[in-house]
Amino acid sequence: MTVMITLEAAPTGTGRGKALAAGLLLTGLVVAAALLSLVWTPYDPTAINVAGRLAAPSATHWFGTDAYGRDVFSHVLAGARSALGVALAAVGVGAGVGVPLGLLAAGRRGWVEEGTMRGSDVVFAFPALITAVLIAALCGPGAVDAIAAIGLFNIPVFAKVARAAALGVWARDYTLAARLGGKSGGRISLEHVLPNIAGLLLVQATIQLSLGIIADAGLSFVGLGTQAPRPSWGRMLADSQTLAGQAPWLVLFPGLAVVAAVLGFNLLGEGLRARLAPKRGA
Amino acid sequence: MALLDIRDFSLSVDGRAILNAVSLTVEPGQIVALVGASGSGKSMTALSVLGLAPAGAHAQGSIRLDGRELTTLTDRQMDAVRGRDVGLVFQEPMTALNPVLSIGAQVAETVRVHGTAGRAEAARVADAMLARVGLPADRFPRSRRPHELSGGQRQRVAIAAALALKPKLLIADEPTTALDVTTQARILGLLVDLVRQDGLGLLLISHDLALVSRVADRVVVLHEGAVVEAGEPATVFAAPQHPYTRRLLAATEPARQRPDVLPAPVQPPLLVAEGIVRDYPLPRAGWWSKPAHLRAVDQASLAVHRGESVGIVGESGSGKSTLLRTLLAADAPQAGAVRLLDQPWSAAPEAARRPLRRHVQMVFQDPVGSFDPRWRVERLVAEPLALLDAPLTPALRRARVEELLTQVGLAPADADRHPHEFSGGQRQRIAIARALAVQPDLIALDEATSALDVLTRAQILDLLGDLSRRLGLAYLVVSHDLAVVRALTDRLLVMRQGHIVEEGPTLQVLSQPQHPYTASLLAATPTLAAQVA
Repeated sequence: MTVMITLEAAPTGTGRGKALAAGLLLTGLVVAAALLSLVWTPYDPTAINVAGRLAAPSATHWFGTDAYGRDVFSHVLAGARSALGVALAAVGVGAGVGVPLGLLAAGRRGWVEEGTMRGSDVVFAFPALITAVLIAALCGPGAVDAIAAIGLFNIPVFAKVARAAALGVWARDYTLAARLGGKSGGRISLEHVLPNIAGLLLVQATIQLSLGIIADAGLSFVGLGTQAPRPSWGRMLADSQTLAGQAPWLVLFPGLAVVAAVLGFNLLGEGLRARLAPKRGA
Repeated sequence: MALLDIRDFSLSVDGRAILNAVSLTVEPGQIVALVGASGSGKSMTALSVLGLAPAGAHAQGSIRLDGRELTTLTDRQMDAVRGRDVGLVFQEPMTALNPVLSIGAQVAETVRVHGTAGRAEAARVADAMLARVGLPADRFPRSRRPHELSGGQRQRVAIAAALALKPKLLIADEPTTALDVTTQARILGLLVDLVRQDGLGLLLISHDLALVSRVADRVVVLHEGAVVEAGEPATVFAAPQHPYTRRLLAATEPARQRPDVLPAPVQPPLLVAEGIVRDYPLPRAGWWSKPAHLRAVDQASLAVHRGESVGIVGESGSGKSTLLRTLLAADAPQAGAVRLLDQPWSAAPEAARRPLRRHVQMVFQDPVGSFDPRWRVERLVAEPLALLDAPLTPALRRARVEELLTQVGLAPADADRHPHEFSGGQRQRIAIARALAVQPDLIALDEATSALDVLTRAQILDLLGDLSRRLGLAYLVVSHDLAVVRALTDRLLVMRQGHIVEEGPTLQVLSQPQHPYTASLLAATPTLAAQVA
């Protein structure tokens, strides 16, 4: 008996199939919002209009306006771009550094593995928030600060997942066959190991994306992420704290946006995990 | 009245016929062996008795247990039958047991699920049952978990769980197939003793005719879902009526593929190993304690000459696979050295070994794990071709793969398929094609036929014998299966606990063993000849 990871159609109508569909829908919405904001928003998200401040949602301003009269809908659309951008870049940093480290650890074993994994533990022990404060203190706050902090947090996650999955592949006889075929550890890692753990890494990436969106919102909430006047969901929430009773739409819509994005990526990850689930090999 | 009476039972799953009018009976106190190759419907028969046929199954005919018709029972009624009236022992004791439950709780659980027994009573029954299967409480505390036991001990726990409720019928599905020969003999002996003492009926499912011939009162041969022959083992095996039974019998003791008289070895040897020591690190007791080691191979020396087939036999944990990995320079030895073609091999850096790698290739045990599931056969078989000095053009590569596939009895078009589309025997053929790709002098076969049923095993052994004769190949055959080394090797090494305890010409070692361990291995291995004679 063996366990094989294959991508094949999940049975339709199952709970997991629904999770995948819902995840695709929600993330699709968020990605569409981010892309749309590149070419069009109903208003300039940063245009101030003091006369029309704190207007309730209406046909002209779907999500209302904030304390400076800026259009909340435009702001939410543009905020999707920044949230996705930071989370994606952070996953890129995490996977780009973490996956090769994990593959190296699994391929070389011994002190290389020990060193990589203990190093991962050390990085892992640092909360992203503290890292962000440190980086902000050194280079000043901003989107790059958020990307670096969240990316750093992602590195050990990808390193550990990649190593654990790669060790499973290395235990299979076909890697020994490849070695007897004269292939180096690095080449086997690329040709055999990476393709066989790619599905798992993809699932992990969607989960890290959702964590990245929360972390980005959190960092910009405390003023360490994307800086004004560039729109971000976290800062929208922070700005509207004192106005929540008076203009609840200011909290509601960016809050919903964060929930949609996080839920979407989580459901997507869950659905993908089910599809890529280990199957008994035929 | 028969205890179990299966009459004209047919089963189809999604319109595909699995069983075709199977009839068999088991009397109280009788041991009935159900034999056949994989896919013959043996296990499906057992599952049908337990009402566990897969979804989409359509059944016809009758199964009666003690006069009670089982096919018409509801799932809930069947729940009461399973475990209480019919006990079941599986092939793989590790997966059949729950890894987080202690062995005491494991057995007590079945008692509590079915019986009216309270917690204390169930524990007492479990304790007594475990003692009966040879696991006394003083040596095997009931708090042990399955992973702390050997394979044979785990199977004892499974048997205790199956018998704890005193069922009338026990179904054992390949109960000893996953075990070493000496353990196999002990477990089978235990099973038979218990069944005889309690007067149970036993339906013993096996692909191993020699094994069942020892104990069965009656043999039922199943082929493609139909009973082709049934009777007393002595009669069936001495004068088989059906051609399929004859094929099974012939395959049980596969024909010898090597000359009985050995030619003088060609000097110098192809591969020489001297004083190989291989240690595995054990987990440290504490941070500052000295690292402990398990010595898997201790001072092993051997030589393989051109065109020669050398066997290494031993039970699991004897170090034979570890030794093989060292001989192939997949692992480095802690002491000793391996030389290949009179050049440094184990001591050389990988860069220096690479030009020599094409001289030794390997076929693995697991027909599934041997191949990257994402690759097509063409790429898989061609993988070692990277060892050639000049890379082949795609057209030449394709032609070479097709030639190799033909050589091992597959079709050239199979190159475009994925490994999961093939049966176990076909996959071993692909593995052999891959090993042959670079025209090696030596192929290591690590339990290459262990995952196959007897018929397929015989076919693969035929192929290997034929290839060695045509290509002058040398083999290094690692196996726990004496029938395999008898068929395929010239010389034999017997390994036990990391040591080579005996070495000599295969036929001589198997007919006049010098070491008591070899003698015990031979005694534990069932043969048909002993039964029929």
